[in-house]
Amino acid sequence: MENPILKLKNFNVYYDDVRVVNNIDINFEKNKITAIMGPSGCGKTTLLRAINRMHDFTPNARVEGEILLDNEDLNQMDAINVRRKIGMVFQRPNPFPTMSIYDNVISGYKLNGIKLKKAEQDEIVENSLTKSALWKEVKDTLHKRGSFLSGGQQQRLCIARTLAMKPEIILLDEPTSALDPIATQFIEELFLDLKKEVTLILVTHNMSQAARISNDTAFLYLGDLVEFGKTKRMFTTPENKRTEEYLIGKIG
Amino acid sequence: MKESSLKYRQFKDKAFLFAVYSVVAISIIPLFLIIYYISKMGISAINWNFLTTLPKPPGEAGGGMANAIVGTLMLIFTSSIFAIPISIFIGIYLSEYQESKLASIGRYCLEVLQGVPSIVIGIIAYLLFVKPFGGFNALSGALALAMMMIPIIAKTTEETLKLVPLAIKEAAIALGVPYYKVILKVVVPTGLSGIITGIILGIARVAGETAPLLFTAFGNPFMSYNMLKPISSMPLIIFNYSGSPYDDWHAMAWGTSFILLIIVLILNIIAKIIASRWKIQF
Repeated sequence: MENPILKLKNFNVYYDDVRVVNNIDINFEKNKITAIMGPSGCGKTTLLRAINRMHDFTPNARVEGEILLDNEDLNQMDAINVRRKIGMVFQRPNPFPTMSIYDNVISGYKLNGIKLKKAEQDEIVENSLTKSALWKEVKDTLHKRGSFLSGGQQQRLCIARTLAMKPEIILLDEPTSALDPIATQFIEELFLDLKKEVTLILVTHNMSQAARISNDTAFLYLGDLVEFGKTKRMFTTPENKRTEEYLIGKIG
Repeated sequence: MKESSLKYRQFKDKAFLFAVYSVVAISIIPLFLIIYYISKMGISAINWNFLTTLPKPPGEAGGGMANAIVGTLMLIFTSSIFAIPISIFIGIYLSEYQESKLASIGRYCLEVLQGVPSIVIGIIAYLLFVKPFGGFNALSGALALAMMMIPIIAKTTEETLKLVPLAIKEAAIALGVPYYKVILKVVVPTGLSGIITGIILGIARVAGETAPLLFTAFGNPFMSYNMLKPISSMPLIIFNYSGSPYDDWHAMAWGTSFILLIIVLILNIIAKIIASRWKIQF
């Protein structure tokens, strides 16, 4: 590992007394795409949601172990600051239905009461939409409701909304599983572009997606980190038997 | 044999449909009868004087109910000031903490409160607000009406906010928005049309209430803008005038009923329009 931005050490997540993430050690590298793959119920989403402290709102969830963001203990930081540094894109596109496209992009500032000049707002909106490859399609309809866009466009709007906060890391929770193949391909290309500026952590149950776009891959099975390494290496010569079985479709 | 049994079944099918249609038709007859009678009896009583002058003593011709219109508006306005914020916060709590013990107790209490006869609410308001104050006053009437509005608005708020998808709340939380701002700036605006509908229905519900006002606002033959003095209201006028022995007072009661009916109908129509026009698609 050359330049890890986020480190997990002996990391566990419990729901009540059930441990769903078992003693995991992972380092996520800066400006890379790290995929977390595994079958349903393996704990990958649970792990992802621990990284931006979404479990704070689940009363029976509990985390143990260390997460270091730039060598700072993330669980000691203010949760609100954590979420401003670590953005998240969800499985289903979820633009704010009451807001226009423009307001959706700037919503992270507006909802937090951060005052910006009109010119600054315009700049952030245009930048974020350009980065999320949506600007050309919506630049004439910025003040229409975001919920009128297609599913793929809505997801890119959600990515723009996350990018607008200039996060260091973006967590992607199966971001294309509700989209058609063409929209999926479009968004995958977008991720490859985005990693120049931001670190991406991608949860997916689609192993070909992990193979296509990730630099590193973690394979989770029943809450255990079975294998973690360079994606190319893992998909060609898996070290663990269970990884091999998953890759050839024996378990899943 | 086969042919006839098929016909019999088709007949049963039609008979059932006919029965369903008839029952629906019968159920809307009372409403139309009410509208018909009140319009027939009420419209003739209404003229400019009726709307703008004060009541005259019995036997004197003319007179109006301007003080009752003002009184009803002031009572509704004041009760809304108390009921709306309280109800919305109750609704937020009930939808956010659905599982908590306090929420289930609160939900049950609201149902009971909604079922309490309005005359009992009036008596309670008398004991709580009139007796300590030492005399009838409009404020106590407004508080009695507020007690009746709270369950209606709180429950519609709860139901509306429950429909706001978790995904939208999570989107805001993931942007680093503090929890209270997520509720006030994302969840409540998303459910706003439902909340406003509930408020209007709550107002429509209490606009015609008489019993809670009998021992509180009491009524007043003069124009009054003072919430600490007795005040007139349209339901009170209807109640007092319809029980009087004078024909022209009966006519005024019909006229007042007509205006009240129109107000309630308009409020209901506005609520329907808001509910459908402002509906948010998820």
